[in-house]
Amino acid sequence: MERKTAIDVAGVVKRFGHGPAGVVALKDVSLTIRDNEFFTLLGPSGCGKTTLLRILAGFEAVSDGAVSLYGENIAGLPANRRSVNTVFQHYALFPHMTVAENVAYGPQRLRRPAKEIAETVARMLQLVKMEKFAERRPAQLSGGQQQRVALARALAPHPKVLLLDEPLSALDLKLRQAMRAELKQLQRATGITFVFVTHDQEEALSMSDRIAVMSEGEVQQIGTPAEIYEYPANRFVASFIGDANFITAEIDGIIDGVASCRSARGLSFTLAAAPGGKPGDRVTLFLRPEKVRMEAPGDAGLAGRIQTMEYLGQSIFYQVDIGEDAPLIVAGRNRDDGGTPYKTGDRVSLIIGADALRMLAA
Amino acid sequence: MIASAQTPALRRFLGLLPALAVIGLFMLVPVAIMALYSFLEANPFGGIVWRFSPEAYVQFLFERDLADNLVFQSGYLIIILRSLGLAVLATILCLIVGFPIAYFIARQPARHRNIWIYLITIPFWTNQLVRTFAWIIILGRNGTIELPFRWLGILGADDTLGLMYTDFAIVIGLIYAFIPIMVLPIYASLEKLDFRLVEASADLYSSTFETFRRVIIPLAKPGIVAGSILVFIPCLGAFIQPDLLGGGKKLMLGSLVQFQFATARNWPFGAAVAMILLAFVVLCLLWYAQAARRAGAQSGALAHA
Repeated sequence: MERKTAIDVAGVVKRFGHGPAGVVALKDVSLTIRDNEFFTLLGPSGCGKTTLLRILAGFEAVSDGAVSLYGENIAGLPANRRSVNTVFQHYALFPHMTVAENVAYGPQRLRRPAKEIAETVARMLQLVKMEKFAERRPAQLSGGQQQRVALARALAPHPKVLLLDEPLSALDLKLRQAMRAELKQLQRATGITFVFVTHDQEEALSMSDRIAVMSEGEVQQIGTPAEIYEYPANRFVASFIGDANFITAEIDGIIDGVASCRSARGLSFTLAAAPGGKPGDRVTLFLRPEKVRMEAPGDAGLAGRIQTMEYLGQSIFYQVDIGEDAPLIVAGRNRDDGGTPYKTGDRVSLIIGADALRMLAA
Repeated sequence: MIASAQTPALRRFLGLLPALAVIGLFMLVPVAIMALYSFLEANPFGGIVWRFSPEAYVQFLFERDLADNLVFQSGYLIIILRSLGLAVLATILCLIVGFPIAYFIARQPARHRNIWIYLITIPFWTNQLVRTFAWIIILGRNGTIELPFRWLGILGADDTLGLMYTDFAIVIGLIYAFIPIMVLPIYASLEKLDFRLVEASADLYSSTFETFRRVIIPLAKPGIVAGSILVFIPCLGAFIQPDLLGGGKKLMLGSLVQFQFATARNWPFGAAVAMILLAFVVLCLLWYAQAARRAGAQSGALAHA
C-alpha cells in the first residue's frame, strides 16, 4: 500500500491581518496526501479547509510552514506555475468564451500544439459528456452542465493534483448524488490526485479514500471514511459526522483493557478502555443511534421510555429516556415488517452491542 | 378612445410623450434649423439670406480666386484632420490613464468604492472654463511647471518651455476635462467582473499579462467602448480647450463653429461645419450600434444552436 506522496503539508500556519485584529485561519496543519488518492478536507464553514485549498492552489501564501508537491517545495511558486488546477465553487467559467474555448484555455497557456489541444478538448468534453455543447457559452448552460465544463477545464491541462472547492454545493440534491458517483469514477479514470473540500459529511463519506476532518484551523482526525465514522478521535469528529449519543461517565476499574464505567446517574457500562485511561478518569462514552437495538421491555439491556419519535421514512429516530440528563437517540430502520412497532410513551429495552459503545479520549 | 388608451403600447407612448417632446423641441428642431441654414446664403452682416446655396460646403475645400474660379484649399481639411487626430489621441490617452484608475477603484472594498467615485466626479462641480484656465497657470509662462526650471536657470533662449499654445496643451486640457466620463463606464463594467475569473485564469497557467489580455480586457470591453465614444465625441467638438490652451491658433472643429457664428458671422458656414461634426458623431454611434448588434446576434445564434 506504500504510495508516492502527492502533497505534503508540514506545520502550515495562516494568519490574516496583523496584531490583535488578525485572524488565525490555520494553526499548525500537517497532512500528507498520497498519489492518486481521493482526499477530502471536511469541516464546518470557517474551519480553514478552503484556506488550505487556496494555499495548495497558490492563491494564498503560508504564514509559516512548508508545502510540497511531489517532493518539490511550492511555497513560493505562483498559482500559474503550479501543476495544480482548481474546480471553483461557483465554477468561474469565462463568460465571454465558448465551452470549448474554456476547456482549451489551460492547454493554450501551456503552449501545447494546436492539434493536441483540439484532441484534449474533444476528449475532455467526451469525458464529462458535454460534446454537444462545445459551442455554447456558460450562460446558456444549466448549473450541472457548468459544473461539468468546470471539471473538463480543470482536467484539460492534466494537472498532477485537482483541487475541488465545494463543487457540488450549488447543485440540487438529485444531481449532487449523481455527480458523486461520477466524480469518483472520473478520479479513477484519470488517475489524478483529487483534493476535495466540503462541509457535507455524506459527500465526504461516499467519495473519499481518506478524509481529514478540520475544525477551527486544526486537523482533528485523518482516516478512511469507516475509520472516521467508527472510531472518531474526539467528540467534535463524532458529532460532526453522523448522529451520536454522548454519555459522561467515570472509569471504575480496568481489567485486561476492559473498563467498567459508571455514569452520573448510576448506569454502568463495560467497554474497551481508551489508551491511557485509568480508574477515576471522567470520560465521554459515544454511541451511534443505529447501533442500538430496541426490544420489548425485558431483563436484558437498558430500560427506557420513548419520549419522542421522528419519522423520516427510511428510518425512525426515537428519543429514549434512560434516566440520564439527555435522552438516548436510537435509530430504527423501516423494514418490510412495516410500520413503527413502538409509539411515544412505550417502555422498551435497549440492547447495546459489545463493540458499539466507544470511549473518546478526553 | 378610452378603450384604446388602455392598450399598453399607447400608454407607453403617452408616458414617454413629455420626454419625446423635450428631445424633439430642444434637440431635433435646432439640428433641423442648423441643417437648413447650412444650405442658405450668408448675410455679410450676420444672419442668413433665404436663398438656397451649397456655397458653405464648397467653401470647405475650395476658395474663389479673383476670377471667381474654385481653387483647392486645404486649411479647413487640416482642421478636420487635426480635430480627429487630437480627439483620437486624447481618447487613447484617457483610456490609458482611465483604465488603471477604474480597475483600482473596482478592486477596493465595496464600502470604499463610492468615496473614490465621488472624488472622480468632484471636478464636474466646477465650471469647465475655470478648470481649463487653471491649466494656463500650470502650463503657461512662469507657470507651475516652468518655475523649477526657471530657478535652475535651464530654460531655452526664449525663456520658456513653450508648453502653452500647442497641441500638447490642448490634449492635456481634453484629457483633464473628459477623463471622468472614461473612468465611470469602465468602472461600471469592471465592478460587475467576477474577480474569481482572474484567479481561475492564474490557476490555468496565465501570467498577469495574459489574464489581463484574455479575461479582464474582453470583459471590460463594453465599458471601454462606451467610455471611448463618450470621450471622443465631446473631444471632437471641443472649443474651450483649443481656444484657451491652443491660443486660438490651432483651431478644432468646435472652435471653428464657434468662430463662424460669433466672430466671422458666416452662419451657413458655421452650420455646415456643425453638420460635418454631427456626421462624424453619427458615424461613431452607427459603428457602436453595429458592433453591439453583431455581439447580440452572435450570442443569439448560439442560443439556438
